Amino acid sequence: MSRKEEKWELRLYVAGKTPKSVTALTNLKKYCETHLKGLYTIEVIDLLIQPQLAEGDQIFAIPTLVRKVPEPIRKIIGDLSNEEKVLVGLDIRPVKQK
Amino acid sequence: MKSIVKTKTGISGLDEITEGGLPQGRPTLVCGGPGCGKTLLAIEFIVKGATLYNEPGVFMTFEEKAEELAANVASLGFDLEKLVKNKKLRLDYVQIDRTEIEETGEYDLDGLFIRLEHAIDSIGAKRVVLDTIENLFAGLTNEGILRAELRRLFQWLKNKRVTAIITGEKGDGTLTRHGLEEYVSDCVMLLDHRIINQVSTRRMRIVKYRGSHHGTNEYPFLIDEEGITVFPVTSLKLDKDVSTKRISTGVASLDKMFGGKGFFRGSSILVSGTSGTGKSSIAAYFADANCRRKEKCLFVALEESPKQIIRNMKSIGLDLDRHVKSGLLEFQSFRPGLHGLEMHLASLYKMVRKFKPQSVVVDPVTNLVSVGLLTEVNAMLLRLIDFMQSEGITLMLTALNSGSTEHLDENVSSLVDAWILVRDLESDGERNRAIYIMKSRGMPHSNEVREFLITSKGLDLVEVYRGPTGVLVGSARKAKMKEEMAFAKKNHRNLLNKPAKKIQE
Repeated sequence: MSRKEEKWELRLYVAGKTPKSVTALTNLKKYCETHLKGLYTIEVIDLLIQPQLAEGDQIFAIPTLVRKVPEPIRKIIGDLSNEEKVLVGLDIRPVKQK
Repeated sequence: MKSIVKTKTGISGLDEITEGGLPQGRPTLVCGGPGCGKTLLAIEFIVKGATLYNEPGVFMTFEEKAEELAANVASLGFDLEKLVKNKKLRLDYVQIDRTEIEETGEYDLDGLFIRLEHAIDSIGAKRVVLDTIENLFAGLTNEGILRAELRRLFQWLKNKRVTAIITGEKGDGTLTRHGLEEYVSDCVMLLDHRIINQVSTRRMRIVKYRGSHHGTNEYPFLIDEEGITVFPVTSLKLDKDVSTKRISTGVASLDKMFGGKGFFRGSSILVSGTSGTGKSSIAAYFADANCRRKEKCLFVALEESPKQIIRNMKSIGLDLDRHVKSGLLEFQSFRPGLHGLEMHLASLYKMVRKFKPQSVVVDPVTNLVSVGLLTEVNAMLLRLIDFMQSEGITLMLTALNSGSTEHLDENVSSLVDAWILVRDLESDGERNRAIYIMKSRGMPHSNEVREFLITSKGLDLVEVYRGPTGVLVGSARKAKMKEEMAFAKKNHRNLLNKPAKKIQE
């Protein structure tokens, strides 16, 4: 299976350490550890520090998770509290059901 | 008490009807249906701000890509790329693609705020446009969050002290589809584009303007190669300067009827009459008189082509061609049905501003009725007369009287300073013309009816015969005059003869 070679580059856009951002990051880490262990990188971008990056990825809501790789780009906005929606949104096949 | 501070939009006419511009440091809502010119108004606000008032602006679009927008407004002579390069403008396209976005849980629009703030701060923007922020509603499903965030956004804009325009699509029975008017309450403008008799007319109205007077009418506006022009009826104040100088009508005997000196300079004159009574000829002679004084005259021909007019006037002894060649006379002819009334008015304004004539002739103004309703034509004429008066231009309008347009010259006549009426008199198998002055403000004028002659040598007015048998014109007058002449001669001879006899005696 080609799954082993797949690398997942995820970017999480936040604006400061708000409760929503913290929740989103915690949730994201949890899902990745469960379903994509060793296959992912998470880059957290704080727009309060780097506001110029918001335009490039078309960010308007916070927090926004962007799947850069594999293509095509997918976006999930919100605190990622619904695991199923996040997995569907990112197109990740859950490990447990395999 | 401190009154509200305003920011000039730089859009021609809009600053007049808002009495100085949009509320400074506050958001203004501009709404209207598709294709009504919202985006254009917004972009012109930004461009004029950057070019005329040195106020940089941010244009955040939710609809068009920045490149598309730049291409669309390039036809109006707005060079967005140059402004961007000079840090006078910042374009930001917020793309909301429903297909690649998933929502889960709580979020806010801080990303948008950060983008906007970054854009504003990077060029020191004083003006902001959000076009059309309602597109967020199509991209995001959580309306509760969205509404709370919009409220926060408009408050944030106020705190940021930027003058903003927010555009919104007109909804069914509401000003905007998603009720933006609930959040933006300082100034609301409604644009409208409607088709009447297959001719398009654009209008705008200030729905509300908190803390300020404003015009409440619907004002026609126009979009052409120079952007938006709004036509306010500014000079309703009636505080214009007036001249006491007089200019010739072009016909010596007509001058005599106007106290011997002709019209007031800068006044407006209406020449009305039924078909074929010589209105155009009077107008042409008036134009000729202006050119003879080495003054410029603009002749707006709505019925005949310039060549036709020149040819026809030659037959009554008038050479207009030489004035055209010397550049004193300019013809502008177009079919009234070509554009709506506003377009006509606007193009007239432009011609006048460009050519700078001392006098303008519109022949015949009644043809405009074919493109507009009577009330609209009257409103347009009022603005036309006002405009000419404020520019100090003598204006001559000709009007055709017939069943349907009878009211027009009655209405127009109250606006003009002088009114000449030419009429047909039919008697003894002849049709003759009679001319009289219905009114002429501020000067003594003749109350007599004159016979109006158009000959190969030109125009002339002769006194009609008034006798016990009534008013005689044409050949009846000539016959009567001959009769009288013969009678007088006879009398004269008798008189001469009598003393002669005496001498002989």
